[in-house]
Amino acid sequence: MAHHDLTTPLGEDQVRCLRVGDTVTLTGTLFGIRDATLINMFDRGRRTRFDLAGQAVIHTAPNVKKVMRSAAHPAGYAPVCVGTTTSARMERFTRPLMREYGVRMLIGKGGLGRASLDAFRDLGGVYLALIGGTAALETTWIEAIEDVDLDDLNPESLWQFRVRGFGPLLVAMDSAGGSLYREVDAAARERRDAILAALGATDD
Amino acid sequence: MQVDMRQVEEAAKELYIRALKLLPPDVKQGFDRLAAHERDATAHGILGVMIRNISVAEATDNLLCQDTGIPIYNVSIGRDVLVDGVALKGAIRSGCARATREHSLRSSIVHPVTRHNEQTSCGRGVPVIHIDFTDTPDVLSIEMIPKGSGSENNSWLKMAIPADGVGVVKRFVIDCVLEAGGKTCPPTIVGVGVGGTADLCVHLAKLAATRALGSRCDDPVGAQLEQELTQAVNQLGVGPQGLGGDSTAFAVHVETAATHITMNPVAVNMQCHSARRARATFTPAGVAYGF
Repeated sequence: MAHHDLTTPLGEDQVRCLRVGDTVTLTGTLFGIRDATLINMFDRGRRTRFDLAGQAVIHTAPNVKKVMRSAAHPAGYAPVCVGTTTSARMERFTRPLMREYGVRMLIGKGGLGRASLDAFRDLGGVYLALIGGTAALETTWIEAIEDVDLDDLNPESLWQFRVRGFGPLLVAMDSAGGSLYREVDAAARERRDAILAALGATDD
Repeated sequence: MQVDMRQVEEAAKELYIRALKLLPPDVKQGFDRLAAHERDATAHGILGVMIRNISVAEATDNLLCQDTGIPIYNVSIGRDVLVDGVALKGAIRSGCARATREHSLRSSIVHPVTRHNEQTSCGRGVPVIHIDFTDTPDVLSIEMIPKGSGSENNSWLKMAIPADGVGVVKRFVIDCVLEAGGKTCPPTIVGVGVGGTADLCVHLAKLAATRALGSRCDDPVGAQLEQELTQAVNQLGVGPQGLGGDSTAFAVHVETAATHITMNPVAVNMQCHSARRARATFTPAGVAYGF
């Protein structure tokens, strides 16, 4: 249960040593991505000009404000409210993101499934849990929107954020097959029958 | 009482912003109650961050959650209120679009097939507007709910049969909570509809999920189910964010309606921990905002 202060981009060894229960705080670049971004990249053959090798991506679609380009707002966008979304919808894109772009960290809420856990093991990656619905707080960890690609998909563009002290985030899935979600789900399903019996509602 | 449509448009705008920024007091109290009883250290820490986020949103005048949701407006019209219904719906739609443009809200609404985003939080049939009537004279109230998609995606309907009894209702609720896991952003308010037609049953579940914490079903049979299921759901150990703990749900809320002799429908609709809602009340004295 160690804490790691990490700066992106990350090497495979840095990610492979992380274990579920550890916490991570990130500084550097963070890329925002979600449903339409991934559908366009992997189902419709669009490419991004961003180099995602060793990077962390967050499942998000922020509230942003269009502003004049400046040193503080190099992409012409100011972050208004940036949080995270349910990762499970993006399950089938984990492996291609890692294999084709070299992404090392996925950040989101609610966890990912078996296919992602296998991809983390095979390719060297982790899933970091952010607390969903706490975007006001998370926005204070974002320094700027540095760049944006695929912006015709706005708000589901591919966002490049600059972050400082982004976290603490909980390592919830690791490259050694650990998944807090799978553990919690299995334990809850084990309790199901006893709970139903107490309700007088056992299976037929 | 005659209602001024410019005031309705202004209120529809203001309500969207208020709902996104200010959590109702009953939900804040719900967090304190869960935190006081949570035994799991990770879960307790997560609840603490959620509580802190509420203060940060207030201090920085920011949105609680990035998801601006699907905008829902529930209008309740009292006796002796003169209102042009078509104009009222138009004013609500305009106010919703203005909130989005004027406050840089993320428009989360797209066409279901083309996925085109009009960048106004509006589209075909959205905002969702429900209109109902009350006995109270000279009052029109508009409740606004920005319904988050993480929880809305965890919605289910089962057209069970009479031979399945009430047991199927209880099993269905437990299994839906298990299926939702952390995806629905727990701790939740689990809304359960029992009875009616298929569409009414789902609507009841939504009404239940968006009701104030501490309120009870006015059907004693529904109230009994609420009590039993709230306790049962929190024994599962799903916990905040699906990472384990006692605090899976603030409460299970139930709404009931009569149904057909051949039917036994049950629906579940979830409300995430950002249980946002705001209300504007129009009276001859003016417009008052609350929850």
